[in-house]
Amino acid sequence: MSNTDFVLAIEDLTVSFDGFKAVDNLTMYIDKNELRVVIGPNGAGKTTVLDLICGKTKSTNGSIKFMNHELTKLSEHEIVREGVGRKFQTPSIYENLSVYQNLEVSYPKGRSVWGSLFFKRTAEVKEQVLKIAEEIMLTNFLDMEAALLSHGQKQWLEIGMLLMQDPQLLMLDEPVAGMSAKERDQTAELLNKISNNRSVLVIEHDMEFVKKIAHKVTVLHQGKILAEGPMDQVQEDEKVIEVYLGH
Amino acid sequence: MNTSLSKLVGGKEGLVGLAVLAAIIFVVLPLGVDIFRLNLVGKYLTYAFVAVSLVLLWGNGGILSLGQGIFFGLGGYGMAMFMKLEASDPITTKIQTTPGIPDFMDWNQITSLPWFWEPFKSLPLTILIILTIPALFAYLIGFAMFKRRVGGVYFAIITQAIALILSILIVGQQGFTGGVNGITDLKTVWGWDTRNDSAKYILYYLNGFLLFGAILLSKYVLNSKFGMLLLAMRDKEERVRFSGYDVSNFKIFIFCLAAMISAVGGAMFTLQVGFMSPSFVGIVPSIEMVIFCAVGGRASLIGAVYGTLFVNFGKTFFSESYPELWLFIMGGLFIAVVMFFPDGLAGIWAKYSHKLNFFKKKSSVIVAEMPSDITKKDADKKMANDIGVTNIEGAKA
Repeated sequence: MSNTDFVLAIEDLTVSFDGFKAVDNLTMYIDKNELRVVIGPNGAGKTTVLDLICGKTKSTNGSIKFMNHELTKLSEHEIVREGVGRKFQTPSIYENLSVYQNLEVSYPKGRSVWGSLFFKRTAEVKEQVLKIAEEIMLTNFLDMEAALLSHGQKQWLEIGMLLMQDPQLLMLDEPVAGMSAKERDQTAELLNKISNNRSVLVIEHDMEFVKKIAHKVTVLHQGKILAEGPMDQVQEDEKVIEVYLGH
Repeated sequence: MNTSLSKLVGGKEGLVGLAVLAAIIFVVLPLGVDIFRLNLVGKYLTYAFVAVSLVLLWGNGGILSLGQGIFFGLGGYGMAMFMKLEASDPITTKIQTTPGIPDFMDWNQITSLPWFWEPFKSLPLTILIILTIPALFAYLIGFAMFKRRVGGVYFAIITQAIALILSILIVGQQGFTGGVNGITDLKTVWGWDTRNDSAKYILYYLNGFLLFGAILLSKYVLNSKFGMLLLAMRDKEERVRFSGYDVSNFKIFIFCLAAMISAVGGAMFTLQVGFMSPSFVGIVPSIEMVIFCAVGGRASLIGAVYGTLFVNFGKTFFSESYPELWLFIMGGLFIAVVMFFPDGLAGIWAKYSHKLNFFKKKSSVIVAEMPSDITKKDADKKMANDIGVTNIEGAKA
């Protein structure tokens, strides 16, 4: 496969679990600064695609190139260090640490054993933590134990932890699940803001929310791409309507 | 006090805790009890090294090792081998078939010193071995397990199996190791007699200082970013991995450090008690040490020392009066701690100390540090998880 200008280039990606192809010959490209949303019915392989990109699941076949670096052979932490961040479906934060500490731990320096033992909490680190905290609307909760945050705030905190690493590609698995209407709006605003200088890949079910954020939508069905394009166009697509309404 | 030092001891709170413990170990006990009892306390405090190592490994890292006796034993045997060689000079052992080798080797028809005993002729080499070999062994175990992402109950079982294997090996290889009796009749270090009262006082204080060294080193580690990552890994290992950290390296490091601290405890045990035997290596001592740590409060370094002292005083008291009851009491104690006081003595202290008038001024700080109900429940669950209680329930259901 030749090099491209895309941030993420997935080609012929296949993963099979005991013969069942969860992702089947998938080819997909994501541009710089693009906010892409992947939708599809349950079991379409959406989360598996994220798992494959971030190294949680190993592919059977095909290639994933991030800024022209092959990811399929790297381990999870190496993929993160390349510049790919991933948010899990259920908020994955460190409940026993404060909000501040959650963000600080995610600062991308002192990532080795010795580096972390002699890591200095410099003004630069503090500045970055405060900046991100403001972005994710948690400035007033910095000293609070993360376990005490509301569900929505936990989701934001995890996004903030990813932003600390300043990834070039940010992947979010159902970021607004369980959020109130107001929180959804705020999250949409947040995502639009952070996609200004990085690419974002979102999996989402909530169509109203998708409309607010998506530059382009990819519809997955049974591990294959059913349709791809702007939201309006995809919504008109007959195959998509059948998959969503036909069953 | 400058800020980095203040951070090291954990601010005013931590300083008070350390000072109280220091006063008890260095002043109250030496003045209050005779040398026989003090020597006993010294022995208990060597177990506290292991309890402190378990606070790092288990309390903060969530990695339960049921085989810390391995490292305590390796350290203890290292020191015992050195002292045995010194006690086996050709003049004292001239009635043996082969003078100049330890007596148990002679009894087992061994005619020359085995190669792996050679380094123990030198004290500096012995100390080097005590500090490195247990850590190296931990590295091998840790590398094999953590790189394959073996954790939780499986890790606990495997470490326990290794402890059993090592103790069987020591018992079986009587000619090389002294067998089930261990290595006995230890007398001197570089000609200095360790058996008289003044030596016992000196060794007690040396042990106390080393224990404080271990606590301060552990505090440094826990206060660094490394310590925060340990807690983070205990909570959400996947999240740490997907934040760009190679989780296995962190686990291997803390396992090695815990091994090294335990080994120092083992060496100090040999020095103060005057012998070493396989009964300090196997499953039972390894589990006892986990109980010391749990009773003290598995996340509290200072709590671990109190827990060790508390359980061992109990053991001495009860086994003097009701020897057959002790094992049941200890088992019951462990169950009670797991079920009702997951944070051990340290947790009880944090919960009730603010009610004492004397500590009124500090109370607000302590309340703020108290774990909330949510996290406490969480800790309960985690502790049960670590020791496999949920699995048992799962199997029943």
